[in-house]
Amino acid sequence: MASWYMVTLIGKDQPGIVSRITAELFKGGCNLGEASMIRLGVNFTIMLMAEFNGSAQALTTLMTPVTNELGLHLHLDSIDGKLHQHETMDVSITVYGADRAGIVADVTKELAQAGLNILELESSVGGTEEKPIYIMQIDGHATQGVALIEKAVEVIKKSGIDVGLNITDVMIG
Amino acid sequence: MPLLEILTYPDPGLKRASKVMDTFDDQLREFITLLERTMRAGPGGVGIAAPQVGRFERIAIVDVSAKKKVTSHGRLVLINPQITHWEGTVVGREGCMSVPDYTGNVIRAETITVQAFDENGGQHEYQCTGYEARAIQHEVDHLDGLLFLDRLVSHKNDLFRRKKYK
Repeated sequence: MASWYMVTLIGKDQPGIVSRITAELFKGGCNLGEASMIRLGVNFTIMLMAEFNGSAQALTTLMTPVTNELGLHLHLDSIDGKLHQHETMDVSITVYGADRAGIVADVTKELAQAGLNILELESSVGGTEEKPIYIMQIDGHATQGVALIEKAVEVIKKSGIDVGLNITDVMIG
Repeated sequence: MPLLEILTYPDPGLKRASKVMDTFDDQLREFITLLERTMRAGPGGVGIAAPQVGRFERIAIVDVSAKKKVTSHGRLVLINPQITHWEGTVVGREGCMSVPDYTGNVIRAETITVQAFDENGGQHEYQCTGYEARAIQHEVDHLDGLLFLDRLVSHKNDLFRRKKYK
């Protein structure tokens, strides 16, 4: 019986990684589920769900030649597949400011206390080396209602962090 | 009266353009009653188009009046709708009864003018904005064989990164 694995790959970025990796997985009989790839700094990172009719060891053996060739570090976890259970986002939060240690912890602590379940988080360091700025976008579900998130955002603002809240009412047509 | 069955992607009917209506009779009004009931039975559904139930005619219904803090014209039956004016752009989140378990960001005009016939053949023109304008554009797309999947944008479009110029 096929099992689901979370395949994590990290390494120096170069063109063609996704194509090579997914071709090997396809040839080896994998069915891919959801995936998230992003370049962080100069690093290639991807997490992808793969359904495979074999053990983690067999999947590692299948992938090792291509990951070695591309200089990628491979990590595998056995997971529950459980597709088709998306939670709908209802808030989107943008945070930016002069980069300093602790911004993510400060912001997410307030939001977690207000009941935010983070569904997606992406952050970048922009600006210049002399004056770096931190930009973070969070999409989430306000499990205890949007009003609490609005209050949390006001608390974050008072701490001197620029933060914007966009309440998202998904239009279903 | 049973509800109509909603076609879900990848049903090829959802990519098919619908034809213009020229008859406004009891049979049409009966269909609209059923279509509206089907829309209201869907969780959170604020709009529906005839091709979503396999009838390829330019008929849509929109009603966003249940949404709080949303300007609307109430229940709108839109037959042969034509958007004659677009203004502004805004990114918003959309889902679709024909694309279960997926939502995505789509850029739409913020304000539109739409001309349409009602179920009795009466002609109307509506100025719509925001959420209602989004719903109408989504339904008119269905009549042209387009899904919101054809118009997805990255949420990063909300915050453009500046290019470096040397």
